[in-house]
Amino acid sequence: MNIERVDIAIVGAGPAGLSAARMAARAGGRVALIDDNPRAGGQIWRQGPTQAPAAPLRQWLDETRSHAKLIVMNSTKVAAAPGDKRLLLERDGAPLVLAYSKLILATGARERLLPFDGWTLPGVTGAGGLQALVKGGMPVRGERIVVAGSGPLLLAAADTARRHGARVVAVVEQAPFARVARFVASLALTPGKLAQAVALGVACYRTGSVVVKAHGSARVEAVTIRTRGRDETLEADRIACGFGLVPNTTLALALGCSTDERDGAIHVDGAQRTSQRDVFAAGECAGIGGMELARVEGAIAAQAALGVAIDARLVRERDRWRAFARRVARTFELGADARAMPSPDTLLCRCEDVSIGEVAAHASWRDAKLQTRCGMGPCQGRICGEAASVLFGWPRAVARPPFAPVCIDTLIAARELTETRHF
Amino acid sequence: MAERVRVIIDGESLDVPAFATVAAAIAMRGIRGTRRSVTGEPRAALCGMGVCHECRVTVDGRAHVLGCQTLCRDGLSIETTR
Repeated sequence: MNIERVDIAIVGAGPAGLSAARMAARAGGRVALIDDNPRAGGQIWRQGPTQAPAAPLRQWLDETRSHAKLIVMNSTKVAAAPGDKRLLLERDGAPLVLAYSKLILATGARERLLPFDGWTLPGVTGAGGLQALVKGGMPVRGERIVVAGSGPLLLAAADTARRHGARVVAVVEQAPFARVARFVASLALTPGKLAQAVALGVACYRTGSVVVKAHGSARVEAVTIRTRGRDETLEADRIACGFGLVPNTTLALALGCSTDERDGAIHVDGAQRTSQRDVFAAGECAGIGGMELARVEGAIAAQAALGVAIDARLVRERDRWRAFARRVARTFELGADARAMPSPDTLLCRCEDVSIGEVAAHASWRDAKLQTRCGMGPCQGRICGEAASVLFGWPRAVARPPFAPVCIDTLIAARELTETRHF
Repeated sequence: MAERVRVIIDGESLDVPAFATVAAAIAMRGIRGTRRSVTGEPRAALCGMGVCHECRVTVDGRAHVLGCQTLCRDGLSIETTR
């Protein structure tokens, strides 16, 4: 089997991972940057057919081209963490072992997708999901789109859709008006975020509202929005609905890193070090905070992994962005309407088609899994496990290796790795 | 930026921009399901970022490939399970 040995392995090629990789590569060691997408950039700097690389990404690509010892592995999944500072990867359908001295997790976040009546219809996506698909070339010209859920991402998604020719019928935010207004007023103090504040002026922005139903037989045809107990139904072709972000911690948990029970983020110290000595975490996986924070944390994590002194300016910058992240989190905290239980026949687990009613009959996530197969499909509960933790208050689901569906060859390799501790 | 490639979706050829994702190419034919769920419901891409597995299709004979994380290239054969 192919074995690649590096000084620093970085998982995730978004802002945090790219920033860490640049810092680590400059120091001259062997660095591997692993990402499951075909091209670097993560979600925010996602490249596409009509999407030239964002300026910071272009800069990164230009600079790192000359670093011969930086190995960028796109379209590469982490299948397992078999121990002894090794990761089992799968690339082009073949297994590959990566041995590292230090590991930086920059695994980002996924959207919190909460079920509502009709949410399995084609035409329903996440809010960031819509943005990602559109950047990937999905046409939305002429479509009527309702963007819903919670957080600043809704405005970014609406903006992307509009720029690609869609008609955004409504932006439906669950947080109450007073809280959003206070937040917007405070943005004046954070110049980098001014553009978003301006965007908040969009006419179709509704606060204190949630989507309760997607109508349609084979695809979305209309959507019902509830505002303080009053329902209104609008015609729409798409519903892009996401309730903020959830840190991706599958690999961290498998490595034994401790995470926060409340928000799920990987615990890190001032040097971005996790509870595991040689493992660092940066960006959204270590706490939702946006691109700017991710970049700073990535740089700090790389300095810590390299064993050099951490730049005090970076630390100050990190603290500033973290304070901003706390304000965002408070503003868009999920209220009762967003957490309201959908009807019992609404599907919770989309992989195995298990309804909320079937899951609610059980006392814990584990029982529900054993009895109904919820959370046991290809996504391993990454979608429904989070929804169940919001709706039922159950601890978050933990994925097991293989972390993603992989080829038989990779499964065989995983077995060999756990049997032979040294190679 | 105007470079285009030709893919085959369920036997029909389709011209798409280079670097479009397979999920995007499928959506160019309209909003409809790209796979059937275990109880036969139509499903389409949901998360757009490789998490939910709703957009999985067969690509060049390989099953369970995520459409949102696969780029179109000339001659690529995509089979949905509508």
